[in-house]
Amino acid sequence: MAQLIKQGQLVTNDEWHLIEDDAIIADYGIISLKRWQENAAALLPLAQAGKIGLLLNSDETADLMGDECRHFVLIAIHFPKFSDGRGYSTARLLRERHGFKGELRSVGDVLIDQLFFMNRCGFSSFALRDDQDLNDALAAFNTFTVCYQNDVHDQRPLFRRR
Amino acid sequence: MYVYDEYDQQLLNERVAQFKGQMERYLAGKIADDEFLPLRLQNGIYVQRYAPMLRVAVPYGQMNSAQMRALARIAREYDKGYAHFSTRQNVQFNWPKLEQCPQILADLADVQMHAVQTSGNCIRNTTTDEYAGVIAEETVDPRPYCEIIRQWSTFHPEFAFLPRKFKIAVNAVPGADRAAIQVHDIGVNIIRNAQGQIGYRILVGGGLGRTPIIGEEIRSFLPEEDLLTYLDAIIRVYNQFGRRDNKYKARIKILVKALGVERMAELVEAEWERIKNGDSKLTAAELERVKKHFTDPAYKTLSDEPAGLTSARAENAAFARWLQRNVRAHKQAGYAIVTLTLKQKGTPPGDVTAEQMDQIAMLADKYSFGEIRSTHQQNLVLADVEQSELFALWQEAKALGLATPTLGLLTDMICCPGGDFCALANAKSIPVAEAIQLRFDDLDYLHDLGEIDLNISGCMNACGHHHVGNIGVLGVDKKGEEFYQISLGGNAGEDTSLGKILGPSFARDQMPDIIAKILDFYVAKRNEGETFLETYRRIGHDPFKEAIYGPAH
Ligand code: HEM
Ligand code: SF4
Repeated sequence: MAQLIKQGQLVTNDEWHLIEDDAIIADYGIISLKRWQENAAALLPLAQAGKIGLLLNSDETADLMGDECRHFVLIAIHFPKFSDGRGYSTARLLRERHGFKGELRSVGDVLIDQLFFMNRCGFSSFALRDDQDLNDALAAFNTFTVCYQNDVHDQRPLFRRR
Repeated sequence: MYVYDEYDQQLLNERVAQFKGQMERYLAGKIADDEFLPLRLQNGIYVQRYAPMLRVAVPYGQMNSAQMRALARIAREYDKGYAHFSTRQNVQFNWPKLEQCPQILADLADVQMHAVQTSGNCIRNTTTDEYAGVIAEETVDPRPYCEIIRQWSTFHPEFAFLPRKFKIAVNAVPGADRAAIQVHDIGVNIIRNAQGQIGYRILVGGGLGRTPIIGEEIRSFLPEEDLLTYLDAIIRVYNQFGRRDNKYKARIKILVKALGVERMAELVEAEWERIKNGDSKLTAAELERVKKHFTDPAYKTLSDEPAGLTSARAENAAFARWLQRNVRAHKQAGYAIVTLTLKQKGTPPGDVTAEQMDQIAMLADKYSFGEIRSTHQQNLVLADVEQSELFALWQEAKALGLATPTLGLLTDMICCPGGDFCALANAKSIPVAEAIQLRFDDLDYLHDLGEIDLNISGCMNACGHHHVGNIGVLGVDKKGEEFYQISLGGNAGEDTSLGKILGPSFARDQMPDIIAKILDFYVAKRNEGETFLETYRRIGHDPFKEAIYGPAH
């Protein structure tokens, strides 16, 4: 089991879970983009009711989802390997371009030393790989107090603040 | 040069603390080797053939004397008493201990230096012209733009795990390419448009390595304040669509080739359209703030060619030769730009000892406002020397072995660390450079040959830029033996060209003779005043091939 971090602490009562494409949809199930695209009309009420979430794989860009992302309360972005950095762009684009306001979760090979960047790119929950030290992980969110660029939390780069 | 304020320093101190923590977790077994790898790479640490190697950033080649002394101290305390200047204007230490690297980084931070993103699949040190700010030909001083790029790229949250490394270079001299921008992932050419406004011509998809490609224009004019948003747009497209399945096809050049530059431009422009008016658009205030760090030093009012210089030149042929080769005209009357060459006979190109580094710092303080630049030709530059002091400087530099008057000549070679240090090498490169230096040590002959770039890489990763050497040497493996393949006709100037392979490769001990044959052929064929490259381009490849291998059958 991954350890879920949300708002700076460990969460143990999370009900979200992945649903395979051929399995029956249950509440708090996270479905694939493919399944959503094939049945969007039928699934829309469930999404809007906050009963299903969506998973984007690392090769599925934010633009494939576009503004439809706003129907969901939760979108998970998969990191097949921590060194695959596509998810950072996906997250930022969902937040900054497509107006996604719900929970954005990193799943897969989620390691301590990537958390700071993920947070800046708009992830709000982190399914930390289970072998990672939780205390080290919580500390990682405070690695830097200064950032040069803008990010999802502050649209002003440092040069507009210094 | 740029001086850190409290924000810059705070960020760097936090980086030092971060890496110290990462190293502790690694040594405690909490981070696996393959997961620690990118963390140490993004702090400049490679693990090489014999020891870790630490690559320290010299942002766009700019250093002060205190920083040079700090590098000397590190060479002495943590290394074997020397350091190596690379073709990307950085400094490398070949023998630090892994556990000591956090302390070295802390020492560097004390003098506003670091090893941030000098390696790994992220945006690397931005490079530019070593004569920035002191030559009359440039449109504007490119260094403020490089510093703006440095800050934007440092810990960019979206681009820490790109498909592959990413290098940006900036040129600001019209009609020239003084930073090899055509062989970088992004080349930024600072230009003025017809209305006199400053902006950039942007090239994308250049690179050396296994698949050498010359960058193509993606935008003919980008307004000055749009630099960062446009870079964001290009790299965002690359981050999403660059190949990640094969590291040899992961550079942006492969993406640009696959899409075609027109399609790439469409994607980038569409992305840029959506962010160009956001807060990352540069402000006049920020441009002004950074430019203030690069104002002229307190030049005296002097005139060119003081009497003492004229007489010293007339009386001392060796000094005259050094002036001719290693000293360049300055924009300010009465000043000159001096290159200290790190190409002494018997030492690997780019290597300096700790003692030399201390002395270079002293020379900088005494003669050049305490500043030093590193060059992509692996030399050092004192950019603001009074002409009346050139003779005194020459005498001191000569005593230190830093005044070999061969800048731009055959023995001013570029050479990668090769098999002596690098785990990826097919062959050693330093011994080839040394053999060539020993063989061609007659200064009259070298000066008669004129300007020739001879570049050596120990494998096809091309760290020694062999593709763009007029004469390129590439180490290859032939059934377990080290051989060398020669290419001719490469060039890194405004008219960049990639060299063409001459023919079958040679054993190491044949190399000086083969190079001599090539040079003899050039001397026999050249017209009055023609450089090697000009002769090669005029008569073509095949005559050279025939001269070396005999007539084709
Ligand atoms: C000894 C440790 C080194 C290792 C392991 C190493 C490794 C590599 C590799 C794997 C590439 C090819 C990357 C690619 O094409 O995707 C490369 C390219 C390059 N390296 Fe190194 N290198 C080392 C040292 C150096 C040094 C000392 C210099 C400068 C003298 C240097 C400058 C470059 C440059 C300029 C390229 C250019 C190719 C390009 O950007 O397309 N490297 N290096
Ligand atoms: S060219 Fe090859 S041998 Fe030389 S430093 Fe680069 S990777 Fe090593």
